[in-house]
Amino acid sequence: MSAVIVSNVIKRYGDVTALNNVSFEIAPGELFGLVGPDGAGKTTLFRVLTTLLVPDAGSATVLGRDVVRDLWEIRSRVGYMPGRFALYADLSVEENLSFFASVFGTSIKEGYDLIAPIYKQIEPFKDRRAGALSGGMKQKLALSCALVHRPELLLLDEPTTGVDAVSRREFWDLLATLRASGLTIIASTPYMDEAARCDRIALMQDGSLLALDTPAEVGLRFPRPLFAVKSAKRAELLAALRGYPHAASVYPFGETVHFSDKRAPMSGEHVVQELTEYLRSQNLDDATITPIAAGIEDTFMELMGSKPSEVSLPGKAA
Amino acid sequence: MNVAHPNTTAGKAISANGLTRRFDSFVAVDHITFDVAAGEVFGFLGANGAGKTTAIRMLTGLLSPSDGQAMVGGFDVRSQTEQVRAHIGYMSQRFSLYDDLTVRENIRLYGGIYGLDDKAIKERGDAILQELAFTPSDKAMVASLPLGWKQKLAFSVALLHQPAVVFLDEPTGGVDPITRRQFWELIYHAAARGTTVFVTTHYLDEAEYCDRLSIMVDGKIGAIGTPSELKQQFAVTSLDDVFIRLVRATDAKGAA
Amino acid sequence: MSGKKSGAIVALGAFMLKEVRHLFRDKQTLSILLLLPIAQLLLFGFAVRTDIHSVRVAVVAPSPDFVTADLRTRFENSGRFALLPPVPTYDSLTALFRSGSLDVGVVLEPELASRLQSGEPAHVLVVADAIDPNTGTTMQNYAGAVVRDWQRALGTNAGGIVVDTRMRMRFNPTLESVNLFVPGLIALILTMVTALMTAISLSREKERGTFEVLLVSPLRPWQIILGKVLPYLVLAMANVASVLLAALLVFHVPFRGSITLLLCASTLFSMVGLALGVLIAAVTSSQLAAMLLALGGTMLPNTLLSGLIFPISSMPVPLQIVTNIVPARWFIEIVRGIMLKGIGIAELWQNLVVLGVMLAVLLTAAIRKTNVRLA
Repeated sequence: MSAVIVSNVIKRYGDVTALNNVSFEIAPGELFGLVGPDGAGKTTLFRVLTTLLVPDAGSATVLGRDVVRDLWEIRSRVGYMPGRFALYADLSVEENLSFFASVFGTSIKEGYDLIAPIYKQIEPFKDRRAGALSGGMKQKLALSCALVHRPELLLLDEPTTGVDAVSRREFWDLLATLRASGLTIIASTPYMDEAARCDRIALMQDGSLLALDTPAEVGLRFPRPLFAVKSAKRAELLAALRGYPHAASVYPFGETVHFSDKRAPMSGEHVVQELTEYLRSQNLDDATITPIAAGIEDTFMELMGSKPSEVSLPGKAA
Repeated sequence: MNVAHPNTTAGKAISANGLTRRFDSFVAVDHITFDVAAGEVFGFLGANGAGKTTAIRMLTGLLSPSDGQAMVGGFDVRSQTEQVRAHIGYMSQRFSLYDDLTVRENIRLYGGIYGLDDKAIKERGDAILQELAFTPSDKAMVASLPLGWKQKLAFSVALLHQPAVVFLDEPTGGVDPITRRQFWELIYHAAARGTTVFVTTHYLDEAEYCDRLSIMVDGKIGAIGTPSELKQQFAVTSLDDVFIRLVRATDAKGAA
Repeated sequence: MSGKKSGAIVALGAFMLKEVRHLFRDKQTLSILLLLPIAQLLLFGFAVRTDIHSVRVAVVAPSPDFVTADLRTRFENSGRFALLPPVPTYDSLTALFRSGSLDVGVVLEPELASRLQSGEPAHVLVVADAIDPNTGTTMQNYAGAVVRDWQRALGTNAGGIVVDTRMRMRFNPTLESVNLFVPGLIALILTMVTALMTAISLSREKERGTFEVLLVSPLRPWQIILGKVLPYLVLAMANVASVLLAALLVFHVPFRGSITLLLCASTLFSMVGLALGVLIAAVTSSQLAAMLLALGGTMLPNTLLSGLIFPISSMPVPLQIVTNIVPARWFIEIVRGIMLKGIGIAELWQNLVVLGVMLAVLLTAAIRKTNVRLA
């Protein structure tokens, strides 16, 4: 039985369609990632799954129960961490945890072995006011509070936003441990490296699902061979690649630029050859071109559908 | 729109010397010394609680240093705070433009605050909208714009008065990958015109776009250099790994 | 760039323009801020009456005759008084005062007419209900004026007879204003602690984001609300206790009635305030709006329309009708009655019933409006 089934869900706020006919299923024990920018509909989706919002159309089942009819059964079985770590700043770490435990009719003691790997890291600070914790510690506390009642499903809305890289990595290590124990987890994230750690990911934009697959498969969806081009003269390289008549996609990726050629059946070597010649003609003699496997972000941008140099407005004003 | 700024200390747009800030007995920023060249894109990174925000507040004249000094745009942050503020721009993720004003109203507001006359406001406002290829309806509130557009617009508005240095605090949070890159192109254009860009971010892949960057740990600067220098120094292939190695090495106890 | 001085002024102007825009675009706050002063204006205009109308007067005339009838007629014809049916004895005045149906009593000596005819001085006693010392004095003066007119008329007719009037203030002989404001203070404090604090606390929880997490739990909305509300109830009762102690020990305000009844009534009134606070939080979307609505919707009517400062009987009739839905009006009567008049359930049961009904209505509305979901 699937842990979550979403069927043709539509949700509107006035004339904005936050969720546009979204459908997918999540298997039990899966670590499922929702990837997309603000406004993609991730938070709305979480709110529908946690029974906080009723869809305008379509249906959703969580742990075999309908989100509209069986809300109380769902609410006692899921752990929810909304964005911005909802914690009580003027209560201590321990007080926050015991409050959330008692609300679910349990206690810290009863839930301890499940939250131990996380809680142990902040237990030395258990008398400190939650408001005085650093971002990383608040995150761990919020996760503990969501887990202490042994939920069957964990919903985490942007749990690592605004937190530094070390804490993020630690957090996802914790999620991996939890998943190993059989817990189903849905987490949204803007970071591609975190998305890559999920079993499957859903790419969302403007209320629609662009893709849903394992991270590797999502990369494979990129329709053309991809190359990483590097040169010391970054700005010139970018301009040159954009000016290249056969360029299909040109996106900076840190020190390199990911490039793909429009001409599909052409062999990789041929592409490299022609590009090298072109770049030399643009005075970029030090340019190196390396074939690479496409990643989640490459596919995401491809699916988003903008042309590289066009600064177009998706939707709204004008 | 070229920015000519004679007001730099020996060609440095920002220079900090032993800059320190204490809160009672807690040393938030511990004698940091670094500088940023004019027209550089400088990444200012650090773990939460490492003192980043406090350091930026001192550089923007919002907080006075307990010790040491700093010059921004050629002005001393302690004794010439007003001039510092008049010559810098600021934009953060949390606050960029006023949601319940229209685009033009925001432009006019910031133009007015920085003392630009109506003609300059109109010209520069038009230039901004043109660069962004943006024609908002006159009545559209900023709140109705998608986040990516808000952020790009906010950045442009921060540059309206042609500051010597612009401070960007996590400017691309929550924005889609394409818009993020467009944003960084705007940053490059600004830097090419001579504006120094001082940016903090949690996206370490973006840190790669910087000319140089520094990483603060426990109030001190743990590492500083170009992205390649740092990767070589720590013998890793990504800035993410640089960051993690540095932070983990420094706080062995996992205190924060 | 423009010169420094004009730059500063231009910057100021730009900033002011922005603030004006913000103000006009926050419709909810704006409407409350515009309507509130108008409401205040109307209330002050109509409710504030330093002159008093419809003073309820009763004439005690053990031996009614044409002289006493003349006095009665004068009261009847004067625009300010509402004359009650004749009262036989001085003691029957007490019951009327206690039940709050009488403002001023005019007590005439027996055999007044014959005493006048025989040239002996005749005594007239004017007694006013001085629970509220300000209005008490005024009412007494009005009555005294009528009596003096009557006296003058008599004197002219009967050739220099003296009628000796004495004034006495009941329930508050020394006209202590503290006796006036202590009951009102209890009502105001209770309202503040219950309605205002509850509204703020609930809407702050929503703004903080923890409310979402609370909803996604086995907690039912009534548990959340009750959990928030009960501590304030306890706090409210603690406040009542401290105000009473201060009033009794420091200011020596009299306490003539049952303390148990007062505490029960205070609990009931507090619960009404709490229900109101919950309702306000449920219908507003921000902490600021909740606070403004709580202040405007509770504190304002409590001070102006509860009879605390301005007597209800002097307000225009439509406003008098409005005061019926102000909980504090009923509560203040209870407190004053218990503390200063020493009356009990027999006279106050109606007030308690009214408060009970208000509680039931507000509670039902609050529960209905409190959502089990975010939208």
